[in-house]
Amino acid sequence: MELMTVATIAAFAPLAGAALAGFLGWKLGRAFSHTVTIASVAISLVASLVLLREVAAGNSFAGALYTWLSGEGYSIHVGFLVDRLTAVMMVVVTFVSLMVHVYTIGYMADDPGYQRFFAYISLFTFAMLMLVMADNFVQLFFGWEAVGLVSYLLIGFWFKRPTAVYANLKAFLVNRVGDFGFLLAIGFVFAYFGTLDYATVFVKAPTLAHVAIDLVPGNPVALGTIVCIGLFVGAMGKSAQFPLHVWLPDSMEGPTPISALIHAATMVTAGIFMVARMSPLFELSQTALSLVIVIGAITAFFMALMAIVQTDIKRVVAYSTLSQLGYMTMALGAAAYPVAIFHLMTHAFFKAVLFLGAGSVIIALHHEQDMRRMGGLRKYMPVTYLTVLAGALANAGLPPFAGFFSKDSIIEALHLSQTPGAGFAWALALAGVFVGAFYSFRLVFFAFHGEERFDAGHTDGHDGHGHGGKPHESPWVVTVPLVLLAVPSALIGWVAIEPMLYGGWFGQSIAPSATMAEMAKHFHGAGSMVLNALGTAPFWLALAGAGLAGYLYLVRPDLPAKIKAKSGVLATVLERKYGFDDFNDWFFAGGARGLGAGLWTWGDRTVIDGIMVNGTAKLVGWFAGFARRVQTGFVYHYAFTMLLGVFALLTLWYVSWYGRF
Amino acid sequence: MPQGFPLLSVVTWLPIAFGVAVLALGSDRRPATARWTALAGAVLGFLACIPLWTGFSTAAGGAMQFQEVAPCMPLLNVNDHLGVDGISMPLILLNSFMTVLVVIAHWEVITDKVGQYLAAFLVMSGLINGAFAALDAILFYVFFEAMLIPMFLIIGVWGGPNRVYAAVKFFLYTLLGSLLMLAAFIYLYLQANGSFEILDFHKLPLSMTAQVLVFLAMLMSFAVKVPMWPVHTWLPDAHVEAPTGGSVILAAITLKIGAYGLLRFNLPIAPDASHALAGFMVTLSLIAVVYIGLVALVQSDMKKLIAYSSISHMGFVTLGFFLFNANGMLGGLVQMVSHGFISAAMFLCVGVLYDRVHSRRISDYGGVANTMPVFAAFFVLFAMANSGLPATSGFVGEFLVIMGAVKVNFWYAFLAATTLVFGAAYTLWMVKRVVYGEVAGAGVAALRDVGAREFVFLALLAACVLALGVWPKPLADVMNPTVLELLRHVTVTKL
Repeated sequence: MELMTVATIAAFAPLAGAALAGFLGWKLGRAFSHTVTIASVAISLVASLVLLREVAAGNSFAGALYTWLSGEGYSIHVGFLVDRLTAVMMVVVTFVSLMVHVYTIGYMADDPGYQRFFAYISLFTFAMLMLVMADNFVQLFFGWEAVGLVSYLLIGFWFKRPTAVYANLKAFLVNRVGDFGFLLAIGFVFAYFGTLDYATVFVKAPTLAHVAIDLVPGNPVALGTIVCIGLFVGAMGKSAQFPLHVWLPDSMEGPTPISALIHAATMVTAGIFMVARMSPLFELSQTALSLVIVIGAITAFFMALMAIVQTDIKRVVAYSTLSQLGYMTMALGAAAYPVAIFHLMTHAFFKAVLFLGAGSVIIALHHEQDMRRMGGLRKYMPVTYLTVLAGALANAGLPPFAGFFSKDSIIEALHLSQTPGAGFAWALALAGVFVGAFYSFRLVFFAFHGEERFDAGHTDGHDGHGHGGKPHESPWVVTVPLVLLAVPSALIGWVAIEPMLYGGWFGQSIAPSATMAEMAKHFHGAGSMVLNALGTAPFWLALAGAGLAGYLYLVRPDLPAKIKAKSGVLATVLERKYGFDDFNDWFFAGGARGLGAGLWTWGDRTVIDGIMVNGTAKLVGWFAGFARRVQTGFVYHYAFTMLLGVFALLTLWYVSWYGRF
Repeated sequence: MPQGFPLLSVVTWLPIAFGVAVLALGSDRRPATARWTALAGAVLGFLACIPLWTGFSTAAGGAMQFQEVAPCMPLLNVNDHLGVDGISMPLILLNSFMTVLVVIAHWEVITDKVGQYLAAFLVMSGLINGAFAALDAILFYVFFEAMLIPMFLIIGVWGGPNRVYAAVKFFLYTLLGSLLMLAAFIYLYLQANGSFEILDFHKLPLSMTAQVLVFLAMLMSFAVKVPMWPVHTWLPDAHVEAPTGGSVILAAITLKIGAYGLLRFNLPIAPDASHALAGFMVTLSLIAVVYIGLVALVQSDMKKLIAYSSISHMGFVTLGFFLFNANGMLGGLVQMVSHGFISAAMFLCVGVLYDRVHSRRISDYGGVANTMPVFAAFFVLFAMANSGLPATSGFVGEFLVIMGAVKVNFWYAFLAATTLVFGAAYTLWMVKRVVYGEVAGAGVAALRDVGAREFVFLALLAACVLALGVWPKPLADVMNPTVLELLRHVTVTKL
């Protein structure tokens, strides 16, 4: 089969599944909906694997499906670029998506919106594939916005909840702020390169990147820097980087399967993927890379801190995701693009496990998300416990789990990078390792170990089904995906690090960088990397974080509350999320509304309508009232006026004829 | 289609003839007759337009096609000269399509003076087609003015409680502008040695002063129609009071005539003045995008919100025109068609709700998705299109205009692109308050979902919005030669 056909099937099968489930699901039922969507995503996964094999054999390809628009001297296609970067992303996306589809059968079993949910997640898979398979900026932007749309629909899936529909609006608008920068960057690319196809842009980039542009007169900035910063603003929105991170924690209002799929494994990593895809451009701007590394570092460390104080199990994982996205961003800033993609991949597996595991606990406890009402669950849910443990070990970066290889590579890259700001990022990344291990194991110990607290809060008995009984392990549709995701969380790092980072896997699909060349000199195989790590700071920091979590939540469970009571301001700052939400609500949301109200009442109603429009009408009315008084009805008044007129006309005639009085 | 068949005359007069027939046939005792006759007229009117699309030659460059000339008033050398190019032809199709939708949309809603209501729409449809096809300035002027009358009646007779104020405001606002346009036409007529041919006006050499005066005189007329800030305040009032069908035609078509006028008259007749005043026009357009976007955010009436959204979106159209590059102008034109679909859809959606609850206030709603899931799906789709989501038509025009703006001045593009945030904010905030949440009371609890008739017009519009977003090339290919020809024309100075 033509590779282009395979790629088309990979992308469009989930769209067909979504359409069938969405339009016919209400009539043909639940089994139909999940069967058709799962089948379509499975087809997509198989097609992706075929493509992965092909690109591994060196058969990268690009081609157009149809011309979207053509104008003077350019045309924009809808088409695919399938190279090694794309193929890796496609396999990750379709694999996690398939797992989440299967998992959803169990998780959403009681939900009246079952069919709608399957239609949405398949639509999401389509959109995400269009994003990663794009061969031009317009299609990239289409995929970018389409995943945003599905994210909006899924965060607000339970649309009766005020918090959910607040969160989805917030997510969409914050993402739109990022897209604002993204679209302007695309505008610059189009204006100066005359095309929006990746291939041509990358070829022309070295000659055009240093063109100076005066955005503000007298301050020339290089075109490459402007474009890269604009693109990165887009990535900050989608990948929830500080200060556009505010939407991601709230997105947990959505059902857990999509938290795993969209808000951990795939969509939020679109920004990371995009920067890696644009690496030929970013390589040309140290300034932009410097911004990337600093933003990534801030996100990685400060978001990790917030995970410590959360008691909602999903929010812990959400803040952990923010922090891990920060790590990926740092890797991008360090010009270690393959390392970022490597961490993206390992993170997709272990974070999906953590979210789905959290979801498994949530349904076992009848939609209880508060860890203060969990504890001791490992006895009742052994599969969930073990898989979550694998995820936590990977998240903490302990060898030989997958997260260790990718996270350690990031720290190594930061150490070796020449990007200004790399030292700052390195320090925060190290500190973040300690925090990351701490919150990961806090979750494990708090939820799965210690005393059983889950009966305590259920005296109110808010619905009918079987409270009071002990929680039990989830059905196989939940546990099988967990296991299938836990295995790569444990092993993929060991297997993939050498070919992916140092075996030239990415080839031409990612720009080579000095950092990667330097790292290759220090790498001597996965085994020696593990051994070497035992003597370095990150390992001991991770161990210390895990140990502290064990002490506080296993040995002395009375301590956390006391520490919190003592830490006063710090805890408050973390619980208020550094004040970002309050500030944004007050300044941006309130400010825009206030400005709008002011412009409306003052500008439109008072000045334009009040003075100009109705004022004109009043003036006419006033003048008419005056003019009416002249129309007296007396003949001699009219005769007198006529006489005046004749006199004036005669005078005019005389003056114009003789030119003088 | 035989050579020399007066297609454009048919397109213009067929709906008018049906309008007269509806008026003659359908009294209030026989509304069904009026309805079916009107539907037949609207559908035939649309079918008659299809040869315009299929027979249109993109190889003709910017030349006028389907031309017809017949003397009309020999004394003043006024001719019945019709013709279309890549700018006007799609707008005629859009108008005829909307007429069909409006007739479908009125069906169970208007019960008072049905015949007169439908006749007004059919007559207006023909007049609008005439205005788009006219190549004689006086002919254009007559159509342009005459279409005020049915719209005035639609607002004034079938409108809301404050309809008289709105109708008079609408009428006077637009009339004031067009009188100045007439003066400009007469001036040009005298300069062109007694010709009212628009194409002669295009070739007429004019001094800078004359160009600026002519430009401003015509602008007064078209800016009100678009409407551009600050002569926009008639529009929210007119929309709020107009019946749904009136709002649909007003937003989808009438506004486009203003933008069309700028392209047909201002730019080619006064190219030097257009360049000289480009900064001024761009400023007004950007104020429309940003200022009106913020004003839309605080509206509590759904129709007012959509009306302000219309003004903001039309700001993109005028912005695109005065960038003087192919992307900007094509973007503006695509935006005109797209906004026709989207604004019509939004007003029809509000109409669907209004017919059931008899309120346009956002606060009277909430949780509509619980009782009207199909409607909610349509509403969210159109809201997304209104926010410019890719793969909907709303994206294409805005995207092209922003691409064009970056080329001219980054800060134009910067301000224009704020619509990504503001446009989404006002539209989706409304969606949140109307569609989502718990059922907000007895009114919403009693809602029934869209019926077959409503489903038809919403689905038709949804198909248009998606088709144009997924594959804008056919439309752009029709427009492109004309755009390039016009841009070439305006680079040649007339001084």
